[in-house]
Amino acid sequence: MLHIYCPHCGESRDEEEFHPAGQAHIERPKDPDACTDKEWGEFLYFRRNPRGVHHELWVHAAGCRKFFNMTRNTQTYEIKEVYKLGEQPSVVAE
Amino acid sequence: MAQQTNNETRRLSAGGRIDRSKPITFTFNDKQYKGYEGDTLASALLANGVDIIGRSFKYSRPRGIVAAGAEEPNAIMQLGATEATQIPNVRATQQALYDGLVCKVTNGWPNVDNDLMGWVGKLGGKMMPPGFYYKTFMYPKSMWETYESYIRKAAGLGRSPKENDPDRYDNMNQHCDVLVVGGGPAGLMAALTAARGGARVILADEQNEFGGSLLSSKESIGNKPATEWVDDVVTELARFDNVQLLTHATVNGYHDHNFLTIHQHLTDQSFDKAPNGKICQRLHRVRAKWVVLATGAHERPLVYGNNDVPGCMVANAVSTYIQRYGVVPGKDLVLMTTNDNAYRAALDWHDAGHNVVAIVDTRKNSKGTLVEAARERGMTVMLGSGVVDVQGSKRVTSVSIAKLNEAGDQVEGSVIEVKADTVASSGGWSPVIHLSCHTGSRPVWSDEVVGFLPGPSQQQQLTAGAMNGAYSTAAALEQGMNAGQSALEKLAMKMADVSVPETETLDEAEPMALFHIPHPKPTHKAPKQFVDLQNDVTAAGIELACREGFESIEHVKRYTAMGFGTDQGKLGNINGMAIAAKYLKQSIPETGTTIFRPNYTPVTFGAIAGRDCGELFEPKRYTAMHQWHMEHGAKFEDVGQWKRPWYYPKAGETMQEALNRECLATRESVGILDASTLGKIDIQGKDAREFLGRVYTNAWAKLAVGKCRYGLMCGEDGMVFDDGVTSCLAENHFLMTTTTGGAAHVLSWLELYHQTEWPELEVYFTSVTDHWATMTISGPNSRRLLETLTDGDVSKESMSFMDWRAMTVAGVPARVFRISFTGELSFEINVQANYGMHVWKALFEQGKQFNLTPYGTETMHILRAEKGFIIAGQDTDGSVHPFDLGMPWAVSMQKPFSFIGKRGMQREDCVRKDRKQLVGLKTTDPSVVLPEGAQGVFDPKASIPMPMVGHVSSSYWSANLGRSVAMGFVKGGHDKMGQKVYYPLVDGRVVEAEICSPVFLDPKGERQNV
Amino acid sequence: MSDAMLNEQVEATKGKMVMNQIPADIVGESPLHHADLETLASRGQDQGGVHLKEKSLQGLLILRAKPDEAQMAEIESVLGVALPTTPLTSVEMAGGKGDVSVRWVSPDEWFIVVPATVAFQLESDFQTSVSGHYSLVNVSSGYTILQLSGDNVVDVLKKSTPIDVHPSVFPVGKVVSSVFAKSGAMMLRRIGDNAFELIIRRSFADYIWLWLQDASMEYGLVIEA
Ligand SMILES: [Zn+2]
Repeated sequence: MLHIYCPHCGESRDEEEFHPAGQAHIERPKDPDACTDKEWGEFLYFRRNPRGVHHELWVHAAGCRKFFNMTRNTQTYEIKEVYKLGEQPSVVAE
Repeated sequence: MAQQTNNETRRLSAGGRIDRSKPITFTFNDKQYKGYEGDTLASALLANGVDIIGRSFKYSRPRGIVAAGAEEPNAIMQLGATEATQIPNVRATQQALYDGLVCKVTNGWPNVDNDLMGWVGKLGGKMMPPGFYYKTFMYPKSMWETYESYIRKAAGLGRSPKENDPDRYDNMNQHCDVLVVGGGPAGLMAALTAARGGARVILADEQNEFGGSLLSSKESIGNKPATEWVDDVVTELARFDNVQLLTHATVNGYHDHNFLTIHQHLTDQSFDKAPNGKICQRLHRVRAKWVVLATGAHERPLVYGNNDVPGCMVANAVSTYIQRYGVVPGKDLVLMTTNDNAYRAALDWHDAGHNVVAIVDTRKNSKGTLVEAARERGMTVMLGSGVVDVQGSKRVTSVSIAKLNEAGDQVEGSVIEVKADTVASSGGWSPVIHLSCHTGSRPVWSDEVVGFLPGPSQQQQLTAGAMNGAYSTAAALEQGMNAGQSALEKLAMKMADVSVPETETLDEAEPMALFHIPHPKPTHKAPKQFVDLQNDVTAAGIELACREGFESIEHVKRYTAMGFGTDQGKLGNINGMAIAAKYLKQSIPETGTTIFRPNYTPVTFGAIAGRDCGELFEPKRYTAMHQWHMEHGAKFEDVGQWKRPWYYPKAGETMQEALNRECLATRESVGILDASTLGKIDIQGKDAREFLGRVYTNAWAKLAVGKCRYGLMCGEDGMVFDDGVTSCLAENHFLMTTTTGGAAHVLSWLELYHQTEWPELEVYFTSVTDHWATMTISGPNSRRLLETLTDGDVSKESMSFMDWRAMTVAGVPARVFRISFTGELSFEINVQANYGMHVWKALFEQGKQFNLTPYGTETMHILRAEKGFIIAGQDTDGSVHPFDLGMPWAVSMQKPFSFIGKRGMQREDCVRKDRKQLVGLKTTDPSVVLPEGAQGVFDPKASIPMPMVGHVSSSYWSANLGRSVAMGFVKGGHDKMGQKVYYPLVDGRVVEAEICSPVFLDPKGERQNV
Repeated sequence: MSDAMLNEQVEATKGKMVMNQIPADIVGESPLHHADLETLASRGQDQGGVHLKEKSLQGLLILRAKPDEAQMAEIESVLGVALPTTPLTSVEMAGGKGDVSVRWVSPDEWFIVVPATVAFQLESDFQTSVSGHYSLVNVSSGYTILQLSGDNVVDVLKKSTPIDVHPSVFPVGKVVSSVFAKSGAMMLRRIGDNAFELIIRRSFADYIWLWLQDASMEYGLVIEA
């Protein structure tokens, strides 16, 4: 069970307080009506599934209810860093 | 009736850590025995001369107790005095004896001494080679289920109780700076160091008391007997507020981020059934900043012919039974060893006044301290020799010894036979690296230790003592202290004031790396040489597996079942690997490694479930009026975690009769529904309106204060996931309602979009679901009823359909919404939940004159289906958009912002003409109610598989219409009004229905507008 | 909005609506009303490791805001105390308009506890005195407060929540939101050496009441009126 540092609460909590919310940094297209079906389909359905470093969106569901980003190794489950929405990761895959 | 059996025949008159003033009576296989407080079940059985405690898994051979701890492979018991208190797979070596304990053997159906399965074993190895189950029972395939039940029963995997366990179990979340696993010399020293340094410490040991190997040792520590040193350390540890001492507590799993589980036995070590309120077993869920593994080592038995006959034991277990329990488990001992350490067993045996027939040492030379001590006592030491096999079936009767060559892989010269009833063997020690393996760390072979050592730490983990191959007490103490100091340093705490106490030093000669004792005959012709006693894996079986091409040790394990079951290869894995390596002519590390997975020993379901069972299995959520519903005979329906009234049967009424009555009463006069479970979200801010416009499919810009509006919520894919009415409380203030089941998701959805996409919008969302009790009065008399209790003007003129007003109801400030899910004149009354019951009862007081009838979710479903109103989650399934539902009026494509779902529902696939569309379904025979979920076809005579055109999503008997009503999906259904669709049912009937508008009642909506 | 709605009970200024939600002469039923804790307190055991008391029918409000200095000062003048901005902390003050306790929930959310009759006053004062973007919502009936104390209170909490409540990391005044048994929402605040306040949702109250009875059975449970 992961031990996750919430950047809003400022302390680590058990995984059961959190929910993962998919891949991080997926931005809703600014003008959806201008998107082709293919572009919209990619926004809707296509996600990375890396072995290794991955950026994920999580929410502290039972705590402060705030979303935040997490850089996590999907193989070792090591959490490299957490960072707030709008920030960029400092750890990225090679 | 249990019969009395003979007295303890093998108990010494003094010595050991048992309390001879506290005798205990227990029952094993329907016979009564005596033991003492401080005994384990295993030590008591041995004291009573019980040799056979089960039969083996595959060959059904008699088996005896082999070890004294968690590594015991044979003595697996079914415990429990009553059916309800049965616990399967209890190791006799780990179960404390208590008065009234009742147990039976697990293996050996139907009994230990005369086994029906015995014939399989007696027919010999040829009949049941490894892979037996794969090779034989897999054909014919159809018979597998029969075989499986037979094998399971015969193989003795234990059985679960058929009655509810009366005991209480629980889970406890723990946090600490340092978790020390194992309370032997290394663990005690680590815990003492960490505790003195001020750390929060948990020390856990699987035995009934701390001390580990020191409890059966005669050595001294700090110039006092080792057990006194243990007592002193434990006493000091107990004085620290920040130290938790857990005995009978097995650390079973080491998981991600230093999360470990400890299975602790509590009252199950003293009672068959716990005294009221007490906890039987507890699962500790520990988050440790640092972990010190001081799990010790298990002695490896040697592999030789018939080494499973009762009386064959590991050497260290013999010492433990003598030193700790005052039990000498036989009369005449032969010790076979590859090392000095095991000489202790012979010394202890001799010092207890029993006969040591011979010490068989596989090494050519040996002259360590212990060896000399044996010689001084006049024991026979046979160097360069091995026990090649033993004779006897229910107990060892004699032992065959032969000279071995230098490498120990060939017998040299003749075999001599000596009389003995016990063979203690030692092939050295295997560090207990299981927990380290759980973290994904691959163990590393050490030629020096002759065993696997823990691999590099993957987590915040330190190791100390015998698990590192540091077998001497001095080394264990030092490593324990160092681990403790190291943990303190990593925790940025001060070093502790502690030093390693003095110990005696022994001269020890090099051990020999030998695992498998050769036999004069080749392995496959020799008597069975067991590697894994629990799974009946033999040396010949491993060689056969290698010969058949299973060269990877992981494949060998799966083919032979070595290391399976509750045993997890504690005694056998390394011997098995060594035999495979020898056969494949390669080294052990070349052959592979051994990986262990959680759990270390079996965990009961009770401990895992904790208190999440029975009434507490899942939270039950209640509304403020729940007590009234119960008192008025409501049947309840689960909606998510909520308990909602389903219907209110009167005496003698069937469900359908109750529903008919509720439906008619509501449409004829007035009914009432507890709608408190609807999700309610308070939305405030100057951009609230804009936000609503983005998350709902319709327009919100012009909704006036005092007005309500229905809305659909879609995902980005355009598919409906929730719906509800949102009311404008003030210009920048709204109250949103959601479905009961969707409340949490919708709130999270709003937060997600606000936090990630549109943080610039000034809006806040707050759940008020539990704050407001909601009661809906519906029917032509609802206004008259409300008028008797309110100070507000609820006339048609001042409060139209889809208006809301603040007023008092029964003296309680309320928000009243004139909205309708039944198609009738309806008022939804919201008051603070603390006053919900007051208002509800007042409505019934006044409602008598109008025959106010409570109705539940089922009548609500029928009434809305008569009106063709959808239920999100029933008439939607994540694959339908608003147009599929025939609700284009709920979508505003003209809104300036591209609302969530707009782009999605315009994708090519979403605008097909032949999509499945929601329509009404009128059965040709009005008395037939279509089953929900039935699949429709256009041509009932089409060949199978018939092309299916959509399913029935809602279907009920309508008492108001005197016929069935249904809604469902039909391909291109909106353009097929008046056409027929057919529903072939599983019972062979084919139901014909006409596609129609889903609005069966009052299509002009006149009833709700009165 | 009809004129009838605009009376002293309902205010809708600045685009928001507040109303007095509490009747003058009717006693409310708290979420644990059905458990009849008063009778249990008088007839149940008086010795035990865990003590439980429902602090029922309080005024409870949720404030959402990202206050700038000006708004911060306005809020402080209304509440009588400054909003705690350090995560997981709380402040409280007795006297003045009545006891008030403010707990940090998230960077833009606070939970406010006041006497029941003060809630509407507070909402009204916010309407008149606090400028800018905020939301203040009365949730008095949506939650209840349980006070847990006794020698074994920590043991019961360990059975119930993954939060580390050791005093070294959970001092008096600290407040956390977490899970409690299988209930997904609660706030826990330490109010003394062996005393905590638990805020739970109304609909889960019976579940948590059953849970607490079960979890404290081995230590003995004392109900306080
Ligand atoms: Zn948080």
